[in-house]
Amino acid sequence: MGGWGDRVMGGKGKRFHVPLVFFLLCLPFAVYGLDVPRLQGYVSDHAGMISPSAKSKIEEELRAFEQSDSTQIVILTIPSLEGENIEEFGIKVAEAWKIGQQQKDNGVLLIVSKQERKIRVEVGRGLEGKLTDLMAGRIIDQVIKPRFKQGDFDGGLITGVSALIDATRGEFKAEQRPGKRRQKGLPPFLTLFLFLGVFTLILGSISRILGGITAAIGLPAFVYLAVLPVGILAMLLLALVGFGAGLFLPRLFSSGGSRRGGYRDHGGGFFFGPGTGGSTGGGGFDGGFSGGGGSFGGGGASGDW
Amino acid sequence: MRKGSFIIKLVLFACIFAALSGCGYNTMQKNEEAVKAAWGDVEAAYQRRSDLIPNLVEVVKAYAKHERETLTAVTEARAKVGEMQVSKDIIEDPKALSQFQEAQAGMTSALSRLMLVVERYPDLKANQNFQDLQHQLEGSENRINVARTRYNKAVEVFNGSIRIFPNNLTNKFLLHLSMKEPFKADAGAAKAPQVKF
Repeated sequence: MGGWGDRVMGGKGKRFHVPLVFFLLCLPFAVYGLDVPRLQGYVSDHAGMISPSAKSKIEEELRAFEQSDSTQIVILTIPSLEGENIEEFGIKVAEAWKIGQQQKDNGVLLIVSKQERKIRVEVGRGLEGKLTDLMAGRIIDQVIKPRFKQGDFDGGLITGVSALIDATRGEFKAEQRPGKRRQKGLPPFLTLFLFLGVFTLILGSISRILGGITAAIGLPAFVYLAVLPVGILAMLLLALVGFGAGLFLPRLFSSGGSRRGGYRDHGGGFFFGPGTGGSTGGGGFDGGFSGGGGSFGGGGASGDW
Repeated sequence: MRKGSFIIKLVLFACIFAALSGCGYNTMQKNEEAVKAAWGDVEAAYQRRSDLIPNLVEVVKAYAKHERETLTAVTEARAKVGEMQVSKDIIEDPKALSQFQEAQAGMTSALSRLMLVVERYPDLKANQNFQDLQHQLEGSENRINVARTRYNKAVEVFNGSIRIFPNNLTNKFLLHLSMKEPFKADAGAAKAPQVKF
């Protein structure tokens, strides 16, 4: 440890590392007060307030509701807010979990903090018209609060969820095949990549140098536009790789007839996209439960019991 | 000959494309639009709060007749906010933005005084109308917070993007975009409010 630093910076190397390491250690803690809990499903009971039977009942109800209306309602209980404001915590969780479908923004998040005895309903933008702040506040005050006061958490949540479902029912309809809704067309960056690839091939078949130059410009441009804005050095490197690929690719394709079996692997290697395109979709929505990409604008209501 | 000129055109096109994407032209435009959109949300959130005031004042008036002073303060603060001409380039004008912020902060403090006074009237607090309004008011305050935070984030991204290296040249010679103003913490926010009994 520190060998490289010592050699480069002489005696000052060790002193240089301590504040840096300290700074890096502090960074994540300074930015986030309370971590966003893991999304476990329709009910994420981190405070252990809900009985298993009530939990499965609520989950069943919410699953059926999402299947019919596509609206996602999710419950989160936490042991303590650790000094954080429930409104700020709520929007943080909402932004991280992205409950509700993309474009529809039809998610509702019901948060309960056990120690502070606080309740918050966070409402996605698409539902603000039906589940207004007023409505959310009434559900907290008149449905959830009285039962929580008597210690009946199961009852409060079951009736609370029913009230939320009643309030939001009919606002949205599930599409015909909810499982396939993300498969429309190629993602835009993939289209750009394919376009660049074809462009390179056409020019490369005219002249190999031309193909090389096109790829040398195209690959860094593509990476800069679609993946991440990289620095000058990385751009030069990418240009070099692109040049090589541009020189080589057209040859592979033109001689592909004789060894068709082999070129597929090579093509996949160079394109590093189309062959494994499935993994670029955003990930993680076929196994288990996850938010659909809904956005929140701070609508909803809070209360305590 | 003809084929050659076609290829040259193609290469030229590719070069221009690459040059434009490298200089941040599109990025800066996109970031500016994001700032404008975020500002729209801020205005909408403040407007939502203003719209609640008349109802709130009516309900409180019915129960707390003696609190005329507090109620007038709220009404006046609302009138002051309503008078303000919010132009489109407020987000580039530090003075206009701080005026806007000051007027809104005046309303925030008038409202919080009103909510403090209300504590003395249990009948009012139990009133369904008032409870509904309280939730709506809390909701709009929360929206304001969220909208302001998001606006500030968008401004940070935009201001950063017009200052970094190749972008600053593009901006200087082509786009001429100016820095956007973020919200500063309210003057009264640093010290805790005093509660007198």
